[in-house]
Amino acid sequence: MTVLFGVFLLTLAVITALAVVHTRNLVVAVMLLGIFSLLLAINFFLSDAADVALTEAAVGAGISTVLFLGALAFTSDREHRRSGRRWLSLLVVVSTTMVLIYATFDKPRFGDPEAPVLKHIGPWYLEETPKYIDIPNVVTAVLGSYRGYDTLGEVFVVFTAGIGVLFLFSSGGPRSRSNRRQEAPGNQVGLGDEQLLVVVGRLLVPFILLFGLYVQFHGEYGPGGGFQAGALIAAALILYTLVEGQQRALEALSKRALRWLMVGGALLYGAVGLAGMLMGSNFLDYSVLADDPVVGQKLGIILIEAGVGMTVCGVLLTIFHAFVSRGRIR
Amino acid sequence: MNLLGLYNYWVFAVLLMIGFYAVVAKTNLVKKLMGLSLFQAAVFLLYITMGKITGGTAPILQKGVSDAVFSNPLPQVLILTAIVVGISTTALGLGIVVRIQEEYGSIDEKDIQEIDRR
Repeated sequence: MTVLFGVFLLTLAVITALAVVHTRNLVVAVMLLGIFSLLLAINFFLSDAADVALTEAAVGAGISTVLFLGALAFTSDREHRRSGRRWLSLLVVVSTTMVLIYATFDKPRFGDPEAPVLKHIGPWYLEETPKYIDIPNVVTAVLGSYRGYDTLGEVFVVFTAGIGVLFLFSSGGPRSRSNRRQEAPGNQVGLGDEQLLVVVGRLLVPFILLFGLYVQFHGEYGPGGGFQAGALIAAALILYTLVEGQQRALEALSKRALRWLMVGGALLYGAVGLAGMLMGSNFLDYSVLADDPVVGQKLGIILIEAGVGMTVCGVLLTIFHAFVSRGRIR
Repeated sequence: MNLLGLYNYWVFAVLLMIGFYAVVAKTNLVKKLMGLSLFQAAVFLLYITMGKITGGTAPILQKGVSDAVFSNPLPQVLILTAIVVGISTTALGLGIVVRIQEEYGSIDEKDIQEIDRR
């Protein structure tokens, strides 16, 4: 039954993806992309990937939609009716699809417990995590401890993307636009007169924030962790900005504070790694952080997850505010 | 049932190529970025599909439960971080698109090339 539900969801996802590419109205395409992400998130949940589903729902359906709409506010939302080398591309795409599908016949069937990919290191993580780290969520254990180097790298990539957007927008935009901004500060963003949306939005913000914090600090025990929490808290604050206007959002959490948040998170992660070295072990080995290696691991994971959450939240909000300050998102 | 077990992989192949088509055939830069998102999502699906075990559950251990089957946590970790990195790179791409719009007044590849040739 679950398999059939998954097939249904994936078929819908393919149809949505086709519609995204087909439609000429880019706003419609953005909305369809959000629906596509949500369908995929449910499918991830069916495939036992609760953490991934949470991330995809928060990032794909929430923040990605806002950023695409933010970019469309600068540009036209209509796509010109022309495309380059359409038939050649179609030929390449169709033949590659055929080859890929042909290759799948050698793949183990969906959910096959004998699949080689399931025989390698996965079972080791599941068996040894209670002994070395002793937190229930193995995904968090692998993310924070066993593959801590990876995660550190990913955090730096996110950080770099934030720096990149700030750098791109550092040169002044068209002058008329900046004048307009000075005339009417805070009126650019916000739902303004849409009373119903404002009231409901105001009600929602504290609960999303609370859920974000829960996801952050409960990440060792249930689905969650820094990446999801950072995305959720950023989503809550983006909603706050839309409801109350950018000026009030920046009064609550200034751009300077956001920059410190994104720098501080990455630094905290790196500092935890260095602390391990200073205390006589390897980089990112948390076992030496406390007298009991297991307690040390737990402490290390909580600290680096906090760092991840800070950086992700800081970067996403910095990017959002960079887009908003630049232009005329309403 | 045997062939149904491959359905996820077929969807992966189709989604991957839908995204790729948007990247190569569309001239609108925002549409290209959307294609890139679809392409990424297809890869996410491939990884998550490979980690699933029939009758398994999410890899969150519970005290006192010893006979549970858990799906592979490793692909989930890789994709979890990849999603957040994906949105960051998409945001960077959108930032570049906005700057192109400001400099060229268009986000259509053909227009941009024409202006560059002048």
